[in-house]
Parts: sequence; structure tokens; C-alpha cells
Amino acid sequence: MALLIPAVLAGLFALISLAIGAVPLGPAEIVPALVGRGDPVVATILLEIRLPRTLLALGIGFTLGVSGAALQGLLRNPLADPGVIGVSAAAAFGAVTVFYTGLAGLMPLALPLGGIAGALGATVLVHGLAGRGTGTMGLVLAGVALSSLCGALTALVLNLSPNPYAAMEIVTWLMGSLADRSLDHVLLALPLMAIGWGLMLSAAPALDALTLGEDTAESLGFPLARIRLKLIAGAALAVGSSVAVAGAIGFVGLVVPHLIRPLVGHRPGRLMLASGFGGAILTLLADIAVRVIHVQPELKLGVVTALLGAPFLFALIWRFRRD
Amino acid sequence: MQLSAEDLHVALGRRAVLSGVSLALGSGELVGLIGPNGAGKTTLLRALAGLLTPDRGDVLLDDTPLAGIPAGVRARRIAFLAQSAPVHWGLPVAEMVALGRLPWRAPFAGPSARDAEAIARAMAAADVTAFAGRRADTLSGGERMRALLARALAVEAPLLLADEPVAALDPFHQLQIMELLAATARAGTGVAVVLHDLALAARSCDRLVLLAHGAVLAEGPPAEVLTDPLLAEAYRVAVLRGAHHGTPFLLPWQRLAAPDPMPMETRP
Repeated sequence: MALLIPAVLAGLFALISLAIGAVPLGPAEIVPALVGRGDPVVATILLEIRLPRTLLALGIGFTLGVSGAALQGLLRNPLADPGVIGVSAAAAFGAVTVFYTGLAGLMPLALPLGGIAGALGATVLVHGLAGRGTGTMGLVLAGVALSSLCGALTALVLNLSPNPYAAMEIVTWLMGSLADRSLDHVLLALPLMAIGWGLMLSAAPALDALTLGEDTAESLGFPLARIRLKLIAGAALAVGSSVAVAGAIGFVGLVVPHLIRPLVGHRPGRLMLASGFGGAILTLLADIAVRVIHVQPELKLGVVTALLGAPFLFALIWRFRRD
Repeated sequence: MQLSAEDLHVALGRRAVLSGVSLALGSGELVGLIGPNGAGKTTLLRALAGLLTPDRGDVLLDDTPLAGIPAGVRARRIAFLAQSAPVHWGLPVAEMVALGRLPWRAPFAGPSARDAEAIARAMAAADVTAFAGRRADTLSGGERMRALLARALAVEAPLLLADEPVAALDPFHQLQIMELLAATARAGTGVAVVLHDLALAARSCDRLVLLAHGAVLAEGPPAEVLTDPLLAEAYRVAVLRGAHHGTPFLLPWQRLAAPDPMPMETRP
């Protein structure tokens, strides 16, 4: 019931997102177009441009919010975010490789597929590196190592890129954007994200138990190895497919859980879903801002979320100081 | 309900931590696990709780190997209070105590009326009801340990294993926690508690298990275990003894020299 408000808010912003753009649309035009009637031009704008963009903003924001909350809960570290397990960097590297090798020109979905391949590879590698016995610390180390490696490899690709134009295109893609995405991108990414959400949300009671440490959680009947796998695989699938279709969108996964935590009684299990809605709203707002603020070239979504997110972090530090 | 260890062997890395430990914990008794640092007390307690798999030997819950019992079922039978358990995220006390009911919760279900009753009972027993709404990270050491104990009591398991619950507490709160554990045992729960304070162990426990170098050195009523030769062998200390209204007490008083590896006559 408490989640009704954020769900309604997300729906409201989704409608605003559908209405805003070069051609402003009102509800009287949006509703018929969504059910396949009305002006065919309006229907094309809505179904081929704005709906994919809105759905991706919702899905990616939800992913970042849920994964941030899940990883902060698992690692019991307020600074954890989806980047900490190395999957974002690996997905970016996968996509950048597709750019570099020219595969991106062969088919429209090569880029996100490359990103997803990178993310899945990273998940297997992190799990293999961290092994069964090394615990949470091993997981973090493996994630940080992989993240650094993929960052270095991405830099290498930039270094070796055949011309400045190619390098520029890669850098622009890395900034994160939802412009010019189609329903194909949605159909590719959303099912994987949904599996990831399911895996993470099903571990909610275990995350609550983990507030009292790993031994207590295990004694309450939550086998840690399985919980860790569920959360890491879930975050990897969801975040990997997000990065694959939209590039890197920072700060949402780090900041949103902090904003929502006091509203859910500090329980990390309950936080995940609420933080998901918070992430969806924040990402949608940022994407609306991208379209409303008229500058040329268009602002990138990843840049706006970082600009919105950083002041929240400063405010958080201020609150810590006061406490 | 009985929890027993049979010939447990556990090595951490290359070091043997437990070598051939056997013991039993039955309903309604308060058993103290004592022994010097590094004797293997925490490892034994974790093995009894099913948190680590022994290299050899078995932990049995009423004759069924613990390893064969599903984690959810085990969690309803054995409550575990970890040593210096952290409380992350500043959870309110009532929410923290409620975590003890997770083993009883159906998937995706909220707390039942039975859960609410168990939580209220546990909070009343540990005397934490007055600060149920406070964040756990604002509690004093004594309040925090009582709240953690309430969390373990909320499981309402027939067995409770507590790892050093009175370490870092002042005497008032040490006595308070031990009285709580004794009351829990009197109510029918089998309680095993790791202790460093020998006086407290002598005063509170029905039975003591003295561990040294990963093996059971002695086991029995406090008077039979806390003898001068056994304490000298396990802890290398001498104790002062006394009695108050017929109840004996002891106080570690003096370190003893390490046993001489070479008898005097053979020295050059």
C-alpha cells in the first residue's frame, strides 16, 4: 500500500515523458494513439520514439534503484553501487568493442548484445574469481579488479581507435543516453531486467537478516552463498542490460537508496522495491530534463543524473556531519 | 530436544581448531563453554549452530545430522546470538527483534499475529520494550546486547547458542544478561553460552565444558570443572576462592609460570 504513491508518481511522470518533446502532445492525443487509434503521425511519434524512451527510462531507473539497494544491503556498505561488482564497466567494454570492431554497423542490436555479453562474462568471472570460500570481501575485490581491468581495456580501445570520430562516438555513447532507442531495444533489455529484478527482490528477507551480520543471517536460515549468487546474478543481468542499451548512467544506484532508506524504516529488504520506484522516477525526471533544457548538442542522460546525484551526496555528507 | 557434537574435528587453514570434541546440550539447562583464547569455543558454537561444516564428526539434532536438516527448519530449532553482532543501517529495535521471526515467515508474507506475540514476549523478557522505537545504533552497550538477545529469543527456538554475550558489558549488565539466560533455560530452552568470566560461569551455569587446545579438558558441574589443577592447566592462572551464603565464588588472581620444559636436574 505504501508503494502506491511512488507507483502513481512514476506513472504520472511517464505520462509527462510521453507528452514532452519537439511536438508537445496532450492526453487527448496520447491515449488514443497508445491503443492504436487517432492520428497516425502522433502514433508513430509515440510508439517509435517516446514510448521506448519512457519505458527504458522507467526500466533502467528501476534497475539502478533496486540494484543499488541490493548491493548496499548485501555488502552492508553505503558506498556500494551497481558499479562495484564490475558489471557496468564490463558491459560498457563489451559495447565499446562492438563499436571498435565495426560489428555495430552490421545490425542495429549488435551494440546492446555486445554489452550484454560483456555483463554476462563479467558475472561469470566475478563469481569464479570470488569463489565459494572468500566471502563478501572476495566479491568486492573481484568486482573492483574487474572494473579496473575493463576500464583500462576501454581506454585501450579509445587509444587504438582508428580516427578521432570513432573515439568521439565511443565517448559520447559512454555518457549514457536514451535518445533514438527503439522498441527493439526495450524488447531486448526489459525481459533480462525483469529476471534480474525477480532474483534480487526474492532475496529481500535475507537482506533484512544480513543487517545483523553474515553469521546471524545464516543462522536465520538464509544460505549466504545462494543469496550472494542470487543478488549478484540479478544485479548483473539487470544492470548489464541497462548499460548495454543506454550506456553508463551513474549516481542513481548510489544516491536513490540513501534518499529512500529513512522512509522504509531502514530495512534493506523493503528498501529494494521502494528504491526501484525512486530510481525510475529520478531517471525519468532526468530524461525529461534532457529534453526540456534546449542546448545543442543535446545533454546526455548520464551527465544529468550525475549532476543531479552529486548534490544529493553532498547533502548526505552534511547530514552525517550534523548527526 | 537435544543438540550433540560427536568427535568434531575442524581445521581453519592448516591449524586444527577442534580435535575430537564431543558434548551434548539438552532442554532446560544452561551450559557454559569456557576456555582460554584460541581454545576453539567460538568454532565449536558455530559448528553446533550449523554455520560451519566440520572436517570430521557430526553435529546431531535429536539423532538427525544437522547437515541433513534444511536451513529453514534448523533456523526454527536453533537460535544463534553472534559475538559482537553488528547492527547495520540503524534499524529500529522493534524491527531488529522482529528479524528473529524470519524463519517462521512464509515467502512474501508479513508478520502474523503469532509473530507479533513472540516479538512482544521477547522484548518484555529482555526488558527492551521501553526503547522499541529507538534506532539500534543509538543504544548503549547494555541496551544493545539486550536488544540482540531479544532478537534471538524471538525465534522461540528450543535451543539457544550465545557467543560471549557479556563481553564488553559492565557488571550490572553482565549479571542481567546471565539472569536472562538462566531464566530462558528454566523456561525449558537448552542454552549454551561462551563465557570468559569464570566467576559468572560458576554462579550462573548448570554445567561447564572446559576447552583447551581444541579438546574438552573437563565437563560437569562448576565445582568439578573449576578446580585449581584444571584452571592451572587450561588458563595458567591461580584463583582465590571464597563463599557467600554457602555459594562458592572464585577470582582469577595470579598468572602461573609456563610449565618448565626441562626438569632442574637435567640442566647443565
